[in-house]
Amino acid sequence: MRAHIWGCRGSLAAPGPDTVRTGGNTSCVELRTETGDLIILDAGTGLRALGLHLATEEPRTIHLLLSHLHLDHLEGLGFFGPLWDPKVEFHFWGPPSPVTSLKDRIARYLSPPLFPVHISDVPSKPTFHDVPSEEFQIGSASILAAPVSHSGPTVGYRITEKGKTLAYLPDHEPVRGGDLREMSPGWISGYSIAREADVLLHDSQYTEAEYPSRVGWGHSSIAHVVTYAQIAAVKSLLLFHHDPLHDDDALDAKLERARELWGDGDGTTELAREGQQLELR
Amino acid sequence: MAQNGQKPLPLIMMRELADNVATPLFLVDRDGVLVYYNEAAEVLLGLRFVDAGSLTAEQWSARWGAEDVEGNPLPNDQRPLAVAMRERRPSHRPMNLLNGDGSKRTIEVTAFPLLARADEVVGAVAIFWERAGAG
Repeated sequence: MRAHIWGCRGSLAAPGPDTVRTGGNTSCVELRTETGDLIILDAGTGLRALGLHLATEEPRTIHLLLSHLHLDHLEGLGFFGPLWDPKVEFHFWGPPSPVTSLKDRIARYLSPPLFPVHISDVPSKPTFHDVPSEEFQIGSASILAAPVSHSGPTVGYRITEKGKTLAYLPDHEPVRGGDLREMSPGWISGYSIAREADVLLHDSQYTEAEYPSRVGWGHSSIAHVVTYAQIAAVKSLLLFHHDPLHDDDALDAKLERARELWGDGDGTTELAREGQQLELR
Repeated sequence: MAQNGQKPLPLIMMRELADNVATPLFLVDRDGVLVYYNEAAEVLLGLRFVDAGSLTAEQWSARWGAEDVEGNPLPNDQRPLAVAMRERRPSHRPMNLLNGDGSKRTIEVTAFPLLARADEVVGAVAIFWERAGAG
């Protein structure tokens, strides 16, 4: 399995000279399985550039896995070329809601007055799937989706192929009023997703100083994500969903703090960067 | 939706809530197994959760007996938690709670099911209120 990060910014796109090292596009990760299946994690503004990249390839089937429906995970959709190609078989997957279908929730953005075309009228005639409770297959990849603590219906994804696992938790506040280290893993949100993953892409929006005034906003502090990753025994942690107010220097400082917290434990910690490519073999 | 030993998210979030309120909360999973109660409930139940541990419905029903406020035995299937789980609706009633040490407390119990999806009960929660002037 290969991964390409097309966007790792959180909340709002933040292009400009102060974010060129990490990138300004919001969440979008391309996955390619060994058998060539195309899986896309989230439809942030990074999706636009992915669509341009795919223009020569002309993929026939695309699976877009949405972690949730906040705008920064959806707003690239209207400018994703393959969505407008009638030859493409397009599958949306996303968290179920007890009251509103996935299509209707996506249509809140992809419809007038926020967008000129309604999702029902896009040429690729997409199919919409609530993620199942149990593990499911896309090509040669096994996918597990599980609800996680954020605001509104949100899932994390665990994608496994040939014994290698990538875990994706872009928006996640694993604990709001306690200490992760005092909790048994079975009581920690998203543990089943992250457990012993080879690579974990995880929300790292806030510094420890910022977090106390943002409790309950659905995001993690650097201390949260490091503790969480160590409890889950992941091999490689990629700090993801960078705050739009944090420039490259601020993110470098967050990485330094994350490594300090990580200490001598097994595994590695890095910043997710736009354009970064990962091989899981 | 329990995977790899992880509790369903509604149970996780309810436990986190329980840890941060002074209202006694008692939490069971989809099978009625006791999975947690908070410090405020420990006062009413007379036993710390770490000492009680996880108990099946039969075990916790035997550990804490119940009768109606007239003193008649309350069948297990008429307890609010059992009604909430079975009928997928909130249930409320006053009752006497009988502790293992022979003490009796008159409480009001409100129980409601936790639904992860429209058709999936993942557990239930009971809230205890000690009746003013009773005890």
